[in-house]
This record gives sequence, C-alpha cells and structure tokens, in this order.
Amino acid sequence: MVGALLAVILLAPLVVVALCVALRRPRAAEFFNLAAAIVVFAAVLRLMPLALAGPFTFWRGYLIVDPLGAWVLLSVASVYLLASIYAIGYMRHEVDARRLYRFYALFAGFALTTLSGPLMNNIGVYWIAIELTTLVSTFLVCFELSRESIEAAWKYIVVVSGGISLALLGIILYYWSGSLPLGPTYDLTWQALREVAPRVNSTIALMAFLLVLVGFGTKVGLAPMHTWLPDAHSEGPTPVSAMLSGALLNTAMIGIARFIQVSDAAHLGILPRVVVVAIGALSLFIAALFIARQTGVKRLMAYSSVEHMGVMALGFGFGGTLGIAGALYHMLNHSLNKSLMFFGAGNVMQVFHSKRIGRIRYVNSVMPVTGLLWIAGAVAITGAPPFGLFLSELTILRAGLLGPNAWAVYVMLVLLIVIFVGFLNHFRAMYFGANPRADAPVTALPPRRHVSAWCLLPMWLALLPLLALGLWWPAALTHYFTVIAEQLSVAPLTASLPGGVP
Amino acid sequence: MLAAQLPPLVASLFSLLAITSLLLAFVMLGSRWLLEYLIAFAVESWLIAILSAAVGYYAGYPELYFIAILTALFRGLVLPYLILRIIRRLNVDRELHERLAPTSSLVVGALLVLFAFVVSSHLGQSLGVAGTVAVLALTVMLSMKLIGFLMLTVRGEALSQILALLVLENGIFLGSQILVPGMPLLIELVILFDLLVVVACFGVLVRFLVAHAGTSSVRELRRLRG
Repeated sequence: MVGALLAVILLAPLVVVALCVALRRPRAAEFFNLAAAIVVFAAVLRLMPLALAGPFTFWRGYLIVDPLGAWVLLSVASVYLLASIYAIGYMRHEVDARRLYRFYALFAGFALTTLSGPLMNNIGVYWIAIELTTLVSTFLVCFELSRESIEAAWKYIVVVSGGISLALLGIILYYWSGSLPLGPTYDLTWQALREVAPRVNSTIALMAFLLVLVGFGTKVGLAPMHTWLPDAHSEGPTPVSAMLSGALLNTAMIGIARFIQVSDAAHLGILPRVVVVAIGALSLFIAALFIARQTGVKRLMAYSSVEHMGVMALGFGFGGTLGIAGALYHMLNHSLNKSLMFFGAGNVMQVFHSKRIGRIRYVNSVMPVTGLLWIAGAVAITGAPPFGLFLSELTILRAGLLGPNAWAVYVMLVLLIVIFVGFLNHFRAMYFGANPRADAPVTALPPRRHVSAWCLLPMWLALLPLLALGLWWPAALTHYFTVIAEQLSVAPLTASLPGGVP
Repeated sequence: MLAAQLPPLVASLFSLLAITSLLLAFVMLGSRWLLEYLIAFAVESWLIAILSAAVGYYAGYPELYFIAILTALFRGLVLPYLILRIIRRLNVDRELHERLAPTSSLVVGALLVLFAFVVSSHLGQSLGVAGTVAVLALTVMLSMKLIGFLMLTVRGEALSQILALLVLENGIFLGSQILVPGMPLLIELVILFDLLVVVACFGVLVRFLVAHAGTSSVRELRRLRG
C-alpha cells in the first residue's frame, strides 16, 4: 500500500511533464497539472497515517517513508495543489499561451523534485535531489525572461550551487571518517550515518556538521546565506514564488533536521545546536531589518520566508519534543500562510501593475475579497492569534525556555515584535492610504476589478485550514509529532509533550 | 584505510597528480584568458581521471576504471566542448571585469592553500594519519574549494563563474577519489550526470543573459537589492 502510494506521488508529476511536452496544448497542460496535484495531495493524505507505522524503505534502501518525511510531503503537496489552482487563473494573464505548456512541464518537474527530496534515504542522493530542485526552478524563476528575472535566476543558481557544494564536502568528510571504523564501502543512509556517529572522530564530525549546515542552510535561506532568496522569490511568477517559499525550503530544512540528529549521536556537545540556534536568530534579525524598510511587495514576503525559516531553525535547534513539534507545526502553517500571502500579492500586482508597495493604495476598496483574505493572512503571518503560526511560535518559545539556549527566546520575542510592527505597517500603508512621509505622487486608483475565481479559491483554501489549525491543535497531530520526535532523538526522551497544548 | 598501506612510489604518484591539479587551479587563477581557463580545466579533469584509474589499480577498486573513463569523457571532453561553444557564441575571449588583478589573486590563493594545509594537517593529526597521502588529498580538496570560491568572488564574467563552480566540484571529486575510493558507485555516477545538467543549464542561462539583459558580465547584474 505504502509502495503504491509512493509510486503515485512520484509518477503523477512525471506523467504530467511527459504529457505537457508531448501535447503542447495550454488548456490540457493546465488540466493535467491540476489533476496531478489533486492526486498527489490525496495520496499524501492517505500516506500520513500509514507512515506512522515506522520507516519503510524501498528500492534497495534508497527511498524511505517515515513520519517526518510524510509530514514534509504534506506541506509540499498542499502548496503544490494551491499553487496549481492559482496558476490557472494567474498564468493566462502573464505569459503567451504558446509558452504555457512549458511552464506546466517545468512546474510539474519542480514539484517532482521537491516531492522526492524528503523521500531520499541516502544522503548523497538527497543532495542530488536538492541540486535538481535548483536546476529546474531556475528556469521557472526566469520564465518571464525579463532582465530582473534573469538576474535573479543567475544569482540563485550560482549562490545555491556554490553553497550546496559545501554540503557535499561535508558529506564526503563524514563518510571518510566513518570509513575508518567501518571499512571503505558502506551505505550513506541516514540510519548508517547515525549508527557510525559514536565511532567517528569528533573534530571531523563537527566540521562535517558545520559544512552540511551551511550547505543546506544556503538552500533553506538561513542568514547569512539567504542572499539569493529575496531575488528568486520575488522575480519568479507568483505560483513559483509560493512553491519556492512554501515547499522547497522545507525540503532542504529536513536535511538539516536529520543531520542534527546525526551530530547528536556523535556526542559533539552543545556547539552544533548553539550554531543552529544562532543562525536561526540571525535570520530573524536580518529579516526584521529588511522587512522594516522594504519597498517591494513580493520581496516583503520573501524576507518573511527568511524570518520563518529562522523560526523553524530555532525550533529544531532547541530540540526536544516541544521544539520539534513546534517546528513541524510551523512548517505546515508557514506553507499555507506564505502561499496565501504570495497569492494575494499576485492578485494585487495584476490590478495595480506594480510591485512597489508605494504604488498600492486602498486594496480593500479596489478588490474587497482579495483584500480581506490578504490582510487576514498578514495578521496570521506576523504570528498573531487566532491563526496557526501563533500556536507554533508559542510552542517553539516554550521549547526554548526548557533548554540551555534560553537567551535565543528573548531575542526571538523582541525580533518577532519588530517584524510584527514592520510588516503590518506596510499593510496599513497599502490599505488605509498613504504614509504621510512618503513623497510618492498620489496616482488614481485602478477601477474595481473582478478577480478570477481560480485566484481566489486557493486563498480561501489556505486561510480556512490556517484558522482551524490556530483554534484547534488536533490530538492526532500531537501523537504524530511525538512519534517524529522519538525517531529524531538519540536518547529516550524524558520530557514529553504536555497534554494541555495549546 | 587506503592511504596507510600504499607503497611509497604509488603514494608519490598520487601526490604528483593531486599537486599538479592544484597547480592547474593556480593557472586558472593567474590568467585572464577564458580559453586558458578552459584548457586548464580540461587537463585537470584528465589528471583526475588518471588518478581514479591509478587508485582503482593500486587499491583494487575495479569500478573506478569505469569512473575514470566517464570522468575523462564528461569532464575532460564534453564539458569543455560545451563551454567552448558558449565562448564562441558569446564572442568574449578574456576576463574584463575582475575585482582583483590575477597577480594579487595568486597571492591570495597561496594564502588559502596555506590555510587549507593547516586545517588538514590538524585534522590528519587528530585522526592519526599525519604525513600520509590522505592529508595531501585533504589539503588539495580544501584548497581547490577555496580557490573556486575566490574565483567566484573576484571574477565577473559569466563564464568564469561557471568554471569556478566546476573547480569547486573538481576539488571535491579529486579528494573523494583518494579519501573514499569505496564510495558507492551510484553516487559518483549521479554526481557526474548532475554536473552535465548544471553546465547545460548554465549554457541556456548565459544565452538568456546575453539575449535579454544584453551582457555577459555578472557585474552588470545589480538591479535587485535591498
């Protein structure tokens, strides 16, 4: 059953790529991509309870289905579904219909590589999956062939390829030190890395951990390796931005989470976790600075992704059941919420014909429904109740107070408040008229315009679960996270998730 | 552990190949001409192929012969050919936008090698393999990595950046042949394939860059900031 679902999840996007290239019809491409997204989402939902039964491996141990991977698949599949619905309404306006089939072929290919990342059991193959996501998404980022988008794509591919090669260096160093006790040939599975960890030289293990953290951290967009992220996320077409922020970053984050476990098994002391926590706090800090003075509406969302990746890094860095539960809950909430924010930004940009915050005025009177959903999303993404991110951030804060890195909790709190003020201030300007200090000329408002249902439906579909997840933390999820945390821990856990969450 | 049981002559052969590859990285660092970069890269790839074959022969990993052939074919012939085609099409033959003159970058490169040597002899000591070819392989691997990043920083031409990324990869590949010759074959195959795809993607992107942004220099790309 698990094998069949796995085959469905990986084959459906592959079939779409083949069909798009073979048929070259724009409407057919839209339809096949949406159908594949629905099928993948349904298969992942069915896979979730099955994955709890423990890690299953397939294809001679190269593929793994475990609860952690299934959870990441859920966030990827949700964003893929939402973005596929949105793309139907959005891309018709943006590109020539003759090029549309290429977009969907690349889009499904991107979904395929992103979905395959969390399923890789062999760290070498996982590295390659991450590298392939970069290569495919580069062409999605520069799909509009404007000068800016090509600049963004170039920075993206150079920075990420260079950064991720450090992860490969780390993997090879680790393999080398593992080959001293184990003999020259062994499998590079996560489990094998974990088992050899206590016998690995600790200097090399530490160096390998730092290299892997920097390498995959580049792909996650953690500061100071985040430089490609605002460009790539803001210049690509909106469905691609949503996939990059909501799906791709999580796929790389899982590699860091799994390597933290390897470094725990190697008994490297507190240094690895301190580094992860420090990088997470730095990401929040950098994001706070750039959010406060941002002028581009999509770049605002991109820096918000840096912020939330920092929050997740803090959760994984704090560790323990609470930290891991918070980080994973945050992952799904952020995926939904960031898709919502990018969709709103896309709708607004199509009506106002500008990416600049200064040109966007009175969103709620020009486009009431989008305006309502978008501002609800903005409140949610800054971590205000009653939405999911409030709960997950609170859980991460609680996890931090239990551990040795409590200083980071206070840093995180202050920066979250700064981001709350900075982020919502831009929305105040976009909704309730000009900033008195801004000297931008007041332009006439665009006529009230009907937004396609394809562009509104995914916003509802993102906001409602987000609200539900904020009001109600299902007990089944607590169980799920506890199982993941047990599998991610080296020693048996002492502190378990208290019953009264939230 | 491979490095410990090698006869001295074989260890010297490995060292010779590794050090020559490092020298070729310096050739790339010290030159302005794109064609020289390319030839240095191709020769470096051939040396790595010879190294793979030698490791396969002396350490008894017959599958490395296969890797050697593929390395020579892909890294030594196909990649240089693809890049040559890009150079011809772009009509750019030399680096015009470097931030650091080639002579100064040679000095910086030498300092980086020194740093890599200190780090790897430290690691070698803590592992108890000090003085073996493993330390040398580690030094060359880290040096080529650092030199690749240096080239990425100081060079502005799009093609130089592609070649710098390839130097990064070559360094890792060279080190892994000596340090972990028993690494599963599949990983090495896929990494080779991945490299081919990377270069193909870069080729397309450079064409976009010239056609839609009107430049082949990365220094001109500075609209997105903040």
